[in-house]
Amino acid sequence: MSGRRNWLQRLRQESAIPGFGLALGYSLTWLGLIVLVPLAVLVLRALELGPSELWRIISDDRTRAALRVSFGLSFLAAVVNGIAGLAVAWVLVRYRFPGRRLLDALVDLPFALPTAVAGIALTALYAPNGWLGSLLKMIGIKVAYTPLGIFIALVFIGLPFVVRTLQPVLEDIDHEIEEAAATLGARRWQTVFQVLLPTVFPAWLTGFALALARAVGEYGSVIFIAGNIPYVSEIAPLLIVIRLEEFNYAGATAIATAMLFIAFVLLLIINLLQVWTRRRLGHV
Amino acid sequence: MSKHRDVTQERRLVQCLLIAGVALFLAIFLVLPLVIVFVEAFRNGVRTYFEALTDPESLAAIRLTLLVAAIAVPANLLFGIAASWAIAKFDFHGKSVLNTLIDLPFSVSPVISGLIYVLLFGAQGVLGPWLEAHGVQIIFAVPGIVLATIFVTFPFVARELIPLMQQQGAREEEMALSLGASGFKTFLLVTLPNIKWGLLYGVLLCNARAMGEFGAVSVVSGHIRGVTNTMPLHVEILYNEYSFAAAFAVASLLAMLALITLVMKSLLEWRFGAELAARKRHP
Repeated sequence: MSGRRNWLQRLRQESAIPGFGLALGYSLTWLGLIVLVPLAVLVLRALELGPSELWRIISDDRTRAALRVSFGLSFLAAVVNGIAGLAVAWVLVRYRFPGRRLLDALVDLPFALPTAVAGIALTALYAPNGWLGSLLKMIGIKVAYTPLGIFIALVFIGLPFVVRTLQPVLEDIDHEIEEAAATLGARRWQTVFQVLLPTVFPAWLTGFALALARAVGEYGSVIFIAGNIPYVSEIAPLLIVIRLEEFNYAGATAIATAMLFIAFVLLLIINLLQVWTRRRLGHV
Repeated sequence: MSKHRDVTQERRLVQCLLIAGVALFLAIFLVLPLVIVFVEAFRNGVRTYFEALTDPESLAAIRLTLLVAAIAVPANLLFGIAASWAIAKFDFHGKSVLNTLIDLPFSVSPVISGLIYVLLFGAQGVLGPWLEAHGVQIIFAVPGIVLATIFVTFPFVARELIPLMQQQGAREEEMALSLGASGFKTFLLVTLPNIKWGLLYGVLLCNARAMGEFGAVSVVSGHIRGVTNTMPLHVEILYNEYSFAAAFAVASLLAMLALITLVMKSLLEWRFGAELAARKRHP
């Protein structure tokens, strides 16, 4: 008992507030039981398989195709989200117009709408006989049940991330910078593209990374519209589900490990890019 | 155009084009999917709509979804309060690690969130044989659904409360304690009133995700009709059976939940924005 007290006292700074041991103990126990132990089991299972077996499963044609579909389309969707999200955030922060608050509230819809509902709604819209699908069919574009459908679903679910990370940063921009640029003779577009946008670039990257990470793992909104044709429009999360349904736990574990690993490397690269741009721009 | 054009604003024409473009984009990408849920739900008339909702399997799905949220949300609420109390009111080693670990479930695919519980509790899982010997079923049963839901909604309340309580500091609590209030009384009468709107905000988002979660729950549920089918899973089953009107009818309930969540969230932000975490903005 006294040993535990000493350990606790050494762990934290003096404080008059009670409940540290209870609050931290409860948090750590719950975190361990719900999050850390189950995730550790995944890692252990992957280690049990060993590198050669892991590689054999991951380098299988169907797995590679699924990873390519997932990461490739997620990247494209995040790029589109980056451009559209920047425009949406800019308009919501900078302009005053009727209905602005409604649009602002609407941006969170993809967070609030359950993914399965989004999935069947998008499928109904973009199916060949749907409202948008029939229009697009006339110009020869097929969306539902093709990789393009996956892309549309990923744009839908990723949209709020870029908007919501950019909004506070755009609000914080000091108007004096723009005035200075204008006084120095910059045209408006020069101020926007050479002064304002570079300062929000690190935040934009954060939003991009969040949208990308979400898209890579997305399942519910994609599987209805994807058509799920192996090698063509089958995403990696779906392949995990298929392997589990075959009771092929090793296969599921290997694909999951590959997904987590690639996502981790991507986020690391984005993080480094962010540190680099921050330093170049002279931010903290 | 006036001679004294604001140099920190774009031309009026550019502004109008941008606003129109953004409004059109959001209308096509966000509003249309929402509208079509209700249009498809009522396609075969109001009677079929209500028949679909009062079908025993739909009712069982609604009951299960409510039950799961009723367990997962309070569980994460309790965790959120404990974690934010420890992180915001005290300085200790490893605080930033703990902060990062709390966010971990946000960066894991829903399917992988389900998979880890199958690997732990499934028939071929680590604890599978032991559980089977003792007649306990977690995977393909309600406990698995509850666990997977707690996992995916794990960070919501803590994410909202930690920055809020950090911003408020510990001064008011220290004052109450120095005036002789007990720790529990201090929490109840000093801390809780300060964080109540942030708490509600976190619970709102947590609940929306708990009721709507699909991927993680789908992996652990086994899709047993009337037993382990939550509302989103029931939508999938109906849809795959080509009962489109019924699928969209159940989906319309979830869409209404999303709309109510958005309205309440916006109300909280407009009315009590100052009493929510300053720079939160997290999914």
